[in-house]
Amino acid sequence: MSVSAMDIYRLLPKTNCAKCGEASCMAFATKLSEKEMDLELCTQLTPDEFDTLEDLLAPAVREVIIGKGDKTVTIGGDEVLYRYELSYYNPTAVVIDVSDDLPDNEFEERVKTIENAEFERTGEILTLDAIAVRNKSGDAAKFAAAAEKVKDAKYPLVLCSFDPAAMKSALEIVGDQNPLIYGATENNIEEMAELALQYECPLTLFVPGDLEKMKQLSHTLRAKGLKDIVLDPGTFTGEGIGDTLDNFVMIRRLAVEERDDDFRFPILGIPALLRLNSDEDDVTKGIKEATIAATLMNKYADMIILNGSEIWELIPVLTLRQGLYTDPRKPQAVDPGLYEFGEVDENSPVLLTTNFSLTYYTVEGDLKSGKANCYVLVLETEGRAVDVSVAGGQFNGKAVADLIKDTGIEDKVKTRKLIIPGLGASVSGEIEDDTGWEVAVGPRDSSAVPDYLTKME
Amino acid sequence: MDKMTQLLKLLENTKSIEINEFRMDFDELELYLMPAIQQAVQKSVETRKAISQEALVMEEFKVPIQDYPGQVAEVQLGKGTRKPVYLGGQQALYRFEEAQPNPPVVTFDVFDIPMPGLPRPIREHFEDVMESPGEWAKKAVKEYGANMVTMHLIGTGPKVMDKSPREGAQAVEEVLQAVDVPLVIGASGDPVKDPLVLEAAAEAAEGERCLLASANLDLDYRKVAKAAMDYDHAVLSWSIIDVNMQKTLNRYLMKEGLTQTDIVMDPTTCALGYGIEFSVDIMTRTRLAALKGDTDLQMPMSSGTTNAWGSREAWMKKDEWGPTDYRGPIWEIFTGLTMMLNGVDIFMMLHPTSVKLLREIGETFVNDYMTTPLPEIDNWITQLEG
Ligand code: SF4
Repeated sequence: MSVSAMDIYRLLPKTNCAKCGEASCMAFATKLSEKEMDLELCTQLTPDEFDTLEDLLAPAVREVIIGKGDKTVTIGGDEVLYRYELSYYNPTAVVIDVSDDLPDNEFEERVKTIENAEFERTGEILTLDAIAVRNKSGDAAKFAAAAEKVKDAKYPLVLCSFDPAAMKSALEIVGDQNPLIYGATENNIEEMAELALQYECPLTLFVPGDLEKMKQLSHTLRAKGLKDIVLDPGTFTGEGIGDTLDNFVMIRRLAVEERDDDFRFPILGIPALLRLNSDEDDVTKGIKEATIAATLMNKYADMIILNGSEIWELIPVLTLRQGLYTDPRKPQAVDPGLYEFGEVDENSPVLLTTNFSLTYYTVEGDLKSGKANCYVLVLETEGRAVDVSVAGGQFNGKAVADLIKDTGIEDKVKTRKLIIPGLGASVSGEIEDDTGWEVAVGPRDSSAVPDYLTKME
Repeated sequence: MDKMTQLLKLLENTKSIEINEFRMDFDELELYLMPAIQQAVQKSVETRKAISQEALVMEEFKVPIQDYPGQVAEVQLGKGTRKPVYLGGQQALYRFEEAQPNPPVVTFDVFDIPMPGLPRPIREHFEDVMESPGEWAKKAVKEYGANMVTMHLIGTGPKVMDKSPREGAQAVEEVLQAVDVPLVIGASGDPVKDPLVLEAAAEAAEGERCLLASANLDLDYRKVAKAAMDYDHAVLSWSIIDVNMQKTLNRYLMKEGLTQTDIVMDPTTCALGYGIEFSVDIMTRTRLAALKGDTDLQMPMSSGTTNAWGSREAWMKKDEWGPTDYRGPIWEIFTGLTMMLNGVDIFMMLHPTSVKLLREIGETFVNDYMTTPLPEIDNWITQLEG
């Protein structure tokens, strides 16, 4: 439910002075409603007018920034319950915890693992977003020492302790880095709120399994003037996962549909709790923890804290996040046409694929890493993958014949042999008939293409 | 107050004004005429500002329950000698709004040929039974707790082994003998032969209420619909990531005489990392449409979750990604779970671990809100190991 340009326009000065860089106030209002410009750019507003507009423009879920400078992550900012309606904004921040009880070398190693964890998919490097320092020791001095150790870490920080004294000792060291404080509970809310105000840091409110109480306490924090709040309604795993989901969904519904100000904040989920009192083996715990992460990311978690740091556990989590947060309004397609890889000449092989961006970038990555020399014809399938477009009829003989003609590939190569993806085997005959080219059915997965080309030579 | 401001005040709660024959929306009036007399307008804004500065008053907490005019049809699979399984029947999106009638159902894939192409982590579990569909089905049910079995008659494919429809039907008979759970019957994906294969299989399984997979716009769906009606089965209605295609096909099937309770939809499951978000959007829109009352989309949904195994992250050996033994099952769980959270009712799956975890979560969906004892997590910061 975003605000209409007209509603915004009404509150602008309507002088069309163009100081914002737009030709008119209406043009500026349109950009604002599409979240393409910042309100600050209109210099003609009184502070009161600014506040009113800011309020109107605020997303259903408040955006909360954690960290400072080049070490920041922003969470929240969503407007809708379903991504097809608009898009989900700031991707779920994926955080891994490190205990203040670890021996120095293990602590250091774990921080490094977190900093170095990355995985490349379709041209994008997927990484983690923050480090959660956990006051497992219950000791304030140890917590402060741990904060000292992550002071210069690459990522923003989440400080986890329910003890205000320990929190204070850590904030004395990293309080100027805008860490997320975790957290305020029913028992320490006064002291934690005090610290959050003093250090101007965002604060998490932890109220497990009781939304009514969560609303009261959130209200208390707001009344104290706190704006940057994160909500943790409790991550119950095992049989309790159904209740966890219900709480997440209710909070987001109250924020988006009811505009209940006490719930208009990002939600934090802690899949790491799956490991609490569990006597299963490490692999099972890792798989289950990832499963909880997938569950919560699907239903509105804006930040998750994991304990497992194995790459096989993180890859699916980061991949799911990438998918869910792709903007559905942008077509997932590359331009159809002719692409060249490596050194090509008139004898180079010609491959065929679709213009679905995931498909194209996967093929591109494989051809580059395999150092292949070839032409690739990219077919317009309206952004559909090979199997989907074969079934849907966009991947057909006529379309390929048109593509061959439009790209002028017949002037570039002497051969008349087209290598099509293995998943397109069922239309190979049709492509031969319509193009007059010889068709070879290549591998089903493009990782095998470089080898396939070498063997062909 | 000058004239324009008075006019604006007057119109505060009006959408349009009518001056003789001339009619203009208030929005347009304001837009086109105002920049010239902006001074006046500034004042009217003040009133709006007052509203935003209300005191911080707390409303009462209310569980956000919605009203849904429509509901999902309940489809029974399994009859005669089968233990029945029920799909769908939801009257709301979430269990905190209305009790959910049926837990998600998992159906294990079984093939009529030994399937050398299956990834190793799956072959490992079924190597000893792959020569016999009956034994394979038995193992899936007895050892891995399958609610249902999907008999894929891949061998009937003209380019596979070109087995006759009769031979396909025999494999179905073998599985019907071996287990007492309901079956999904799938063919080979050949648009010409599939309807004939499904027809023969439907006849062999008369009265057992199987799910015939599938009817789609590329093949003779009439024959499939007729086979379902003649021998008392349900039909899987398969569309490709397109709500309108799904509606059209469902309507065609209902014109042939099938009803909502004879149809399960497969809007296509794209795997994790390979367009899963498209499936998320389609499933969400379909289920919301059903609950809003669109009678063409009120059937339960199915997911071909096994598509996940086609993803290279699931099967490709690559040391820096960790062992495929873990990656494969996770890829299948993530794909299935994501579909489940967006409304899917029945899952076609391959790996025992994925099935187990998906069901553990799915089964909590039929409990009521806050009726399960919750684990104690108040002191997790100090209690969590590691
Ligand atoms: S700066 Fe403000 S007043 Fe000037 S044109 Fe832009 S929006 Fe209108």
